[in-house]
Amino acid sequence: MTADQTTASDEAGPAAPLGKDLVGLEGLSGDTIRMILDTAEPFKEISERPIKKVPVLRGKTIVNLFFEPSTRTRISFEFAEKRLGADTVNISSVGSSVSKGESLVDTARNLEAMRIDMVVIRHGSSGAARFLADRIPSNVINAGDGRHEHPTQALLDMLTMRDRLGKVEGLRVCIVGDIVHSRVARSNIFGLRALGAEVGVCGPRSLVPVGIEDLGVSVFGHVEEAIEWADVLNVLRLQLERMNAGFIPSLREYNRVFGVTRARLERAPREVVVLHPGPMNRGVEIDSDVADGPQSVILPQVTNGVAVRMAVLYLLAGGRPELAEDAKRGSGG
Amino acid sequence: MSGRIPGDRLWIHGGRVVDPSQGLDGPAQVIVEAGRIAAVGPELERPEDARPIDASGLVVAPGFIDLHVHFREPGGEHKETIASGARAAVAGGFTTVWTMPNTDPPIDDPAAVGFVKAAGEAARGARVMPIGAASIGMEGEQMTEIGGLVAAGAVAVSDDGAPVGHAGLMRRLLEYTQSFGIPVIQHSEVVELAEGGVMNEGSIATALGLRGIPNAAEAAMIARDALLSELTGGHLHVCHVSARESVEQLRLARDKGLRVTSEVTPHHLILTDELVRGYNTEAKVNPPLRTERDVEAVRQALVDGVIDVIATDHAPHHYEEKEREFDDAPFGINGLETAFGLCMKALVEPGHMSLGQLIDRMACAPARIMGLDGGTLRPGAPADVVLLDPNEIWTVEPQGFVSLSHNTPVAGWKLPGRIRRTLVGGETRHEVEEDR
Repeated sequence: MTADQTTASDEAGPAAPLGKDLVGLEGLSGDTIRMILDTAEPFKEISERPIKKVPVLRGKTIVNLFFEPSTRTRISFEFAEKRLGADTVNISSVGSSVSKGESLVDTARNLEAMRIDMVVIRHGSSGAARFLADRIPSNVINAGDGRHEHPTQALLDMLTMRDRLGKVEGLRVCIVGDIVHSRVARSNIFGLRALGAEVGVCGPRSLVPVGIEDLGVSVFGHVEEAIEWADVLNVLRLQLERMNAGFIPSLREYNRVFGVTRARLERAPREVVVLHPGPMNRGVEIDSDVADGPQSVILPQVTNGVAVRMAVLYLLAGGRPELAEDAKRGSGG
Repeated sequence: MSGRIPGDRLWIHGGRVVDPSQGLDGPAQVIVEAGRIAAVGPELERPEDARPIDASGLVVAPGFIDLHVHFREPGGEHKETIASGARAAVAGGFTTVWTMPNTDPPIDDPAAVGFVKAAGEAARGARVMPIGAASIGMEGEQMTEIGGLVAAGAVAVSDDGAPVGHAGLMRRLLEYTQSFGIPVIQHSEVVELAEGGVMNEGSIATALGLRGIPNAAEAAMIARDALLSELTGGHLHVCHVSARESVEQLRLARDKGLRVTSEVTPHHLILTDELVRGYNTEAKVNPPLRTERDVEAVRQALVDGVIDVIATDHAPHHYEEKEREFDDAPFGINGLETAFGLCMKALVEPGHMSLGQLIDRMACAPARIMGLDGGTLRPGAPADVVLLDPNEIWTVEPQGFVSLSHNTPVAGWKLPGRIRRTLVGGETRHEVEEDR
């Protein structure tokens, strides 16, 4: 029943520099990731124009298939798609046939039958994006699968680090918070290591998964140590459910022990840049004076998100990285 | 010999008889009469009007006994029926199977046990021996009418798949079953540690973003239950041991002389959680495939006799149920028809065990620990016999399984050791004809 199991990257000619799909950063080379980030650069400027549109994906149909609630990622993708001129359809699990028990296989086949070009999928199960990608010929972009990967988030994080600090290679980046449940953490680990950064994770051991060291990261049990070590902190959202599930005793205690606060940052030996994938729980994992302070690049992350997603869409559609400048001028489609 | 039906005598000749139960390994003939072994020996001539079975080039061994299979009837007949399962069993060289009670509805009353037994007899495959549920509805609260279950033909009780979590109930089960001389079979898992887990806990689960089941979930339950066996004197049989820490607990129980026996599956003897990479749902099984260190530990424990037997945990699933997101796919591996080949590859080919030792763990030891009439070619025993070619290499082609389901992570593997013929009570119930 499984359709063509060959990943498109195996058969990707020069017309598809990124292969058929982007399901994760695991296994991508530093060069490939740099190519995506470089391709994002010219797309940044489009969003600054009064008319924010280039016809690169004109005539392409993209389905945003969201099995989990999402606001910012979905909107960011939608802006990216529309600014490239694609036609987009949003499907969310609420009220669709997905919630009526239709299997992911059937959903995929039905989409395929409507002759679409790309699917952006967000799903609660790890591996769901790969599952879909293996079964349909359309390009598939993972917008978050379970606790596995969220590659475009990590790409925008890395682009933001590069903007602020000049390069990613050699940086010490510590991911702070709920590592166990975080797809952002995994994509950051894979991507940052491919670019030559040193990666640490920090959180209560109940939220740091077994065997994380085997992914090549250092583990910090105290946020003060992490801050002392790091050039960059990527602070993850702590979900309220984790308290109810017994991973931590309370949000108040979490803030007391692991919160990224102004006082803790001021004791750092160097200025630490602070990222957060959002949405933030102010006063829990991050204090407002940090989130809104000079070390924070949280809003630039959001801006970069659109550019990075434009780059990924462009590359998967067969766009050549070196032509992105032309594409921006409207001649690359 | 009046009343003897002509042709019910068999003369199995020309083979190498391997029967560890009586220390046999060499050229010999086997004579079967009225469904039982009449004689075994190197110089036995063909008796008058005995039907010859040519075993030249083959090993003749006692039929395998699988203490742990899931046939899905009632409730899941699209995956496996009792009949299809019993026939898959003989295709794998098994002449007796113990069926787990976690059907829908579960086998928790005497009538249900009678149904399984009758369906098993009608199937004309392996002998089907039902395991009854330990608690009503397998809900872990109220004990089933174990006396009634045994009277109807149950050979053990278990809530397999839904471990008996309540320590008080487990104690009472280990006490109460002693009146009937049957074991309590436990899927050893502390549910609170395993809950939500879909694969082995470790770096691969972490990289894949899948929830893990730690080794301690299994070992902790074995430790608890072994203590309850010590307290009560009841017979505890531990299902499908997968973790090295579990082996430590079983070794302790063995050293203390407790009535604790255990089994390991073929897949836990050779496969690791590496196989899950790519979200391969065929490798989703509970207990999960562990690491190389665990595989080595359970393999050594089987060699040492700390783990007593090999059991398949044959868990058929329809392909559509496996063709989905990893979190949502069911646990289980279809095991009966690949068991011998996988064990040959895991144990005999690399030299961990002799063929005789493997046959012991698959045929003789299960009979020994459960006190069954079988697992031997001694005169008087049921003529449950397997003829196999230990050297033949074959390719696992799930579409060709006798089982109604084809879920296996070893599709396409080349395995040594092929079952050629299986006799149950002297009747040939499986035979491979080609190229012979």
